[in-house]
Amino acid sequence: MAETGALAKPFYGLSSRQRDVLLQAVTPPLIALAGFAALLAAYGKNPLAAYWDVLHGTFGSVRGLTEVFVIMIPLMFCALAVAIPARIGMVNVGGEGQLYIGAIFAAYAPLTWPDLPTAVMLPLMMCAAFIGGGLWAGLCGYLRAKSLVSEVLSTLLMNSVAGFLLQYLVFGVWHDPKSSNFPQSKPYPAAAVLPHLGTGRLHVGLFFALGTIALFWFVLYKTRWGYEMRAIGGNQEAARRSGIPIVRYIVLLFVIGGGIAGIGGMAETSAIQGRLRPGFSSSYGYIGFLVSWMSGHNPLLIVVISFLLAVITSGRDVLQITQDLPGAAVNILMALILFVVLARRGTQAETR
Amino acid sequence: MSTSASMRPDSIAAGPHSMPLVSLRRITKRFPAVVANDHVDLDIYSGEVQAILGENGSGKSTLMKVLYGYYRADEGDIFFDGKPVVFKSPQDARRFRIGMLFQNFTLIPAFTVAENVALFLPELKIRLDLKEIAERIRDISEKYQLRIDPMAYVWRLSMGEQQKIELIKLLLANARVLIFDEPTRVLAPHEIENLMHVFRQLKADNYAVLFITHKLREAFASADRLTVMRRGARIGTLMRAEADERQIVSMMFGAEPQAVQRDGSRMSVTTRPVLELASVTTAGALGELCLENVSLTVRPHEVVGIAGVSGSGQKEIGDVILGLLPHNGAKRFDGHDATGWPISRLRQHGLAMIPENPLWMGVIGSMTVTENMAIADRARYARHGGLSMDWNGVRNDAARFEERSRIPMPNLAVPAETLSGGNLQRIVLIRELGQQHKLIVAFYPTQALDLPTAVSTRQLLVDARDGGAGVLLISEDLDELFTLCDTILVLCGGRIAGRFRPEDTTRDAVGRLMTGSVA
Amino acid sequence: MNIAFIAGVLSNAVLSGTFILYATVGEVIGERAGIVNLGLEGVMLVGAVMGFVVTAQTGNPYLGVLAAALAGAAFNMIFAYLVVTRRGNQLASGLTLMFFAQGVTAIIGKAFVGKPITGLTDLRIPGLAELPVVGHALFQKDLLVYLVIPITVAAWFLLYRTSWGLRMRAVGEDKTVAFAAGLKPHRLQYQALFIAGLLGGIGGGHLSIAYTKTWQEGMTAGAGFIAVGLVIFAAWSPVRAILGAVVFGGAVALQLQLQARGANVSPFLLDMIPYLLVLVVLMLFGRVKGRVVPAGLKDVFEGTG
Repeated sequence: MAETGALAKPFYGLSSRQRDVLLQAVTPPLIALAGFAALLAAYGKNPLAAYWDVLHGTFGSVRGLTEVFVIMIPLMFCALAVAIPARIGMVNVGGEGQLYIGAIFAAYAPLTWPDLPTAVMLPLMMCAAFIGGGLWAGLCGYLRAKSLVSEVLSTLLMNSVAGFLLQYLVFGVWHDPKSSNFPQSKPYPAAAVLPHLGTGRLHVGLFFALGTIALFWFVLYKTRWGYEMRAIGGNQEAARRSGIPIVRYIVLLFVIGGGIAGIGGMAETSAIQGRLRPGFSSSYGYIGFLVSWMSGHNPLLIVVISFLLAVITSGRDVLQITQDLPGAAVNILMALILFVVLARRGTQAETR
Repeated sequence: MSTSASMRPDSIAAGPHSMPLVSLRRITKRFPAVVANDHVDLDIYSGEVQAILGENGSGKSTLMKVLYGYYRADEGDIFFDGKPVVFKSPQDARRFRIGMLFQNFTLIPAFTVAENVALFLPELKIRLDLKEIAERIRDISEKYQLRIDPMAYVWRLSMGEQQKIELIKLLLANARVLIFDEPTRVLAPHEIENLMHVFRQLKADNYAVLFITHKLREAFASADRLTVMRRGARIGTLMRAEADERQIVSMMFGAEPQAVQRDGSRMSVTTRPVLELASVTTAGALGELCLENVSLTVRPHEVVGIAGVSGSGQKEIGDVILGLLPHNGAKRFDGHDATGWPISRLRQHGLAMIPENPLWMGVIGSMTVTENMAIADRARYARHGGLSMDWNGVRNDAARFEERSRIPMPNLAVPAETLSGGNLQRIVLIRELGQQHKLIVAFYPTQALDLPTAVSTRQLLVDARDGGAGVLLISEDLDELFTLCDTILVLCGGRIAGRFRPEDTTRDAVGRLMTGSVA
Repeated sequence: MNIAFIAGVLSNAVLSGTFILYATVGEVIGERAGIVNLGLEGVMLVGAVMGFVVTAQTGNPYLGVLAAALAGAAFNMIFAYLVVTRRGNQLASGLTLMFFAQGVTAIIGKAFVGKPITGLTDLRIPGLAELPVVGHALFQKDLLVYLVIPITVAAWFLLYRTSWGLRMRAVGEDKTVAFAAGLKPHRLQYQALFIAGLLGGIGGGHLSIAYTKTWQEGMTAGAGFIAVGLVIFAAWSPVRAILGAVVFGGAVALQLQLQARGANVSPFLLDMIPYLLVLVVLMLFGRVKGRVVPAGLKDVFEGTG
C-alpha cells in the first residue's frame, strides 16, 4: 500500500496515515462499548450508569486503580509467554498450563521447607517456577521443532494436564488438613509471600513483569538475538538459508516463554492467594493470548492492551455489586472489542 | 512448405481429418512486462498427437492456458469445429470438452482415487455410490491400461499414477481435447514409456492430444505433429515425418551467435578444488526428481556453469550443497568432508549463495534493506557479544560496495517487501558478493535485472573469480554461460549429460543435450 | 468392587459420555471442513442455558432440547461469520467467542440459577431395562442418550457416504482443489458449522436438561476443550469419537464414584489419561499426520490461519 505521507486531509494536525492508525486503535473499543451498552439497555440496565460505576470504581479510588494493576500482572506474564515464541511464528496457547505448573513448582519450597528465610525462599521459588514452566512449554517446543506435533495442539493439551495435576496435588499430598474439604494447600509462610507495595494487594510482581517486558523489547530490537528472531519470524526459509539455527530458537523461546508464565503463576499464588489452590487463574492464560495477539506481539502494546483488558476485567466486581449483573458480563465487552479487531484484521490480511 | 504440410491430413492417424477440431488464430496475450503470445496460430486435429515445443518463457504454457479458458486473449480468435467461440473461464472450455492436465495435480492426497474422481464428476447423486464410480474407473483403466486401483489412497501413489488419475478425471468428464502440460517432467523412464503408449491409444480413439514439452526425444517418439514456439511466437509446425532434430533445435533456440570473446585462462588441475561433489545421488519423495550420479568440481579462479532447463535438478544441487537434502556420494568443501555441516559452518568457510527465488529464499520481506544486508553475516556486525548490532557499519559497507560495483542500491530504510524483483535481486547480490568468498553458488543471478545491472553483475562474478573464488553459475541464458564460464556442464533429468569447455562446443549441441536429444 | 459400584460407574459414564460425544462429533464435522473451534465451550454453554431457560419457562424439556440445538447453531454462525467470511484468526476467534458466551449466558441464566425443573425424563426400555447391572445403566436413560449413537453413525454416514460430505471434506483438505472442482468452499463451511453448532448445543442442553437438571454459570467447566482434544484422539472420525467419549465418561464416572467412597486413587490422574494419550498418539504418528489430520487444518496448527 503506497503511502505518500502527504497531508491528504489534515485531521487536527495529524497526517492522514497517523489519523488512520488512531482510528484503527480507537474504533474497536468504541464499537464494543456501544454494543455492550445496547445489551445492558436490553436488560433494563442503564448503560451510562453502569459505565460511570465502573470508571468510578476503577479510576475513582486508589484501591480500584491498584486492583487494575494487580490483574495486569498475570496478564503481562502470560502475554509474554505468547509473544516470545510468536516472534518466530510459534503459537503458544499453553499459558494457562504453564502458569499452573510454575505455581506448582514454586509451591514445593514453602510446603516442604517452611522455615527457609525470605532471601532464600523467594529466589528459590522463582527459579523453580521458571524451570517448571520452562520444561512444560519446552516439551511442546521440542516436539514442534522436530516436526512431530503442532505446538497449538500440544500446548492446549498440556493446559488440561496441568490443571489436573494441580487438583491432584491439592486434593492429595499437599492438601491442608485444616481446610477440611476445601481443595487447597497449607497457607504459605510469610517468607514465601512476595512483598507488597503499600497496604493493598499490589505486589512487586509488577516490577518483574514490566522489567521483563522492557528486557524483551531491548533484546528484540537491539541485540543480535532479537534480530535473528525477527528474521525467523519474517521468513523462516531465508533465515535458515542464512545459517540461523531454527531448531535451537524454537526450543529456547518456548522454554523462556513458559518459564515467564511460570513466574506469573508463582507471583499469583505467592502474593495474591498465599497458598496453592485450583483455579487461581481467571483464564489469565487465554486472556494473555488475546492480549499478545491483539498487540501484534509488540512489547509496548502489550502493556497498553494488558491495562485495557485489566480495566475491563476489574469491572467485574463493580458490575456485580452496583448493577446486579453477573461478573462474567464483562467478558462480553472484552469479546466485542476482539470481534471488531478480528474481523478487521482478517480482511486486511486478505487484501494485502 | 510448412504451412501446406500442416494442412495435409496425417496419414498415420486412424481417422484422417482435414478440418481441424480447434483452431487458434492470431492469439495475442500480453502481461505487464512481456508479450507472452504474439499473434499465434495453431490447429488441433482429432485423432492426432501434437507436441508444442519450446524453452521456458517461449509462451507455450500461456497459449494452452488461453485455449483452456484460464486466460482470455487480448487479441485473436478461437474456432471450434469451424465456428468461433469465446472462453470466459475453464468452465466454458470444459463445456466444449477441452480438458487440461496441469503439472500441479488437483488431487487430495488423503482421499482414495474414487473419491478424487467423484469430486470432479459433472453429475453426482446425493448418496455417494463409490462402488459404481470405481467400476467406471476400472473400465477406463483397463481400456487404456492405466492400472489404477480405484480404492487406493492417492498419497500412496507415484506421480505417474497420480497423473493417470487426472487423465481419468478428464476422460470421465467426456473431454475430447486433452492438453498435457509438461507431462513427463515428474515421470520415471518406464512411466514415460507407458504414457507414450497411452497417447497412442487415445489417438486411436480419436481424441485430440496436445502435449507441451521441451524434450525432443519424447516429442519425436509420440507426436505426429510438432509445433515450435520461441519468445511468444510460433516459429513453425512440422509433421514428424519431415522434421529432424537439428532443425527443431535451431527453431527452439535461435541461430548460432558469433564467436564469443573470452579470456581463456587455464586453471591447473592440481589445485585443490573449492567444491567437489562426487557421485551424488538423492532420493526424492515419491515421484520427485532425483539427482543421479552427479559429479562436479569447482576450483579457485574458475567459473563452472550448469546449463539446463529449469527443473532439471538445479534446485536439488543447490540444496545438496547447502546440506538441506540428504544424499549419497561425497561432498567436499575446500578439501574438508562437508557432509552434515550446518549452513552457518559452510558460510563461515566462505560459501556465498545467490538463491533461485530471492523473495522466498533470500530476503526477509518484513525487515528493512539494511537488516537484510547483514543477515548472512551476523557475527561480523554483532558488537558486545551480541548485545547490539553495528547498523552503521552495514550501511557503510553497502555504500562502499555500491561505489565499487556500480550497482545502484535501493533505499536502505524501506521494508524489503516493497521492492521490485530487480531490487530484491540487487540486495542479494550486494550481500553475497560484497566480500571475497571462496565459493559462490549463483542461481540465475541476472534474473529480473535491467541490462546495465546484469552486465555489472557478470563483471562482479568475473572479478570474484579473478580474486580467487570458485563460481558455480546456474543459468538458463546460454549467452551468459558461454561468455563467463570456463567449463559448462549440462544438466538434464537429474544427470550430467555433458561437460565441455565453451570454445569446444556450440550452443546447438548444448541445447540438444538440455532437451534430452540423444544424438 | 461390587455390582453397585460397577453399575454406578456405568450409569454415570453413559451420562457424561453422552454430552461430550455430541460436542465432539459436532467438532469433528467442523474440523473436517477445515475449521477449529476453540470456542466450543461457548457453544455448549449457550445450548445449556437456552435449553434450560426454555424448559423452565414452557415446562417442556423436548422444546428445551430443540432450543438448545438452535441456539448453539445460531451462536456458531457468529463464529462462522468471523472465520469464514472475515477470515479472522481461528484460534483467537474461538477463544473470543468462548468469553462472549460466558458473559452472555451468565446474564441470561442469572434468573434461573437454582431453579428446579423436571427435565428430560428417563425412558425405560421394557425388557432390556431389567437386565442386571447394565439394565439400569444403559436402558433407563433419557432420549438424548438413546439418540447419541445413532446420530454419531448418521454423522459418519453424512461425511463418508454422501456427496455433500465428500465435498465438505474436500474443502477441509484443500480449498484450492475444491475451487477447481467448482465447489463453493465458504458455503460448505457455513453449513458444516451450522451442524456443528446444532450438535454442540444439544450437548450443552443435555448437560443442563438431563444430566444435572440445573443451570450454573460456566457449568460446562472445560468440556469444550476436552471435546477439541477428543477430536484429535478420535483421529477426526465420528465413530472413533465414541471410544474417546467412553474413555472420558469412564474417567469422570470413576472419579465421582471413587470420591463418593472416599477412595485413595486420585481421580485427577485418571482425568489426565485422555490428554496424555492424545499427545502420545500424535507423537507416534506425527510424521504420518499429513494423512490423518485434515490437510486444510495445517495453517491453523502452524499459526498462520
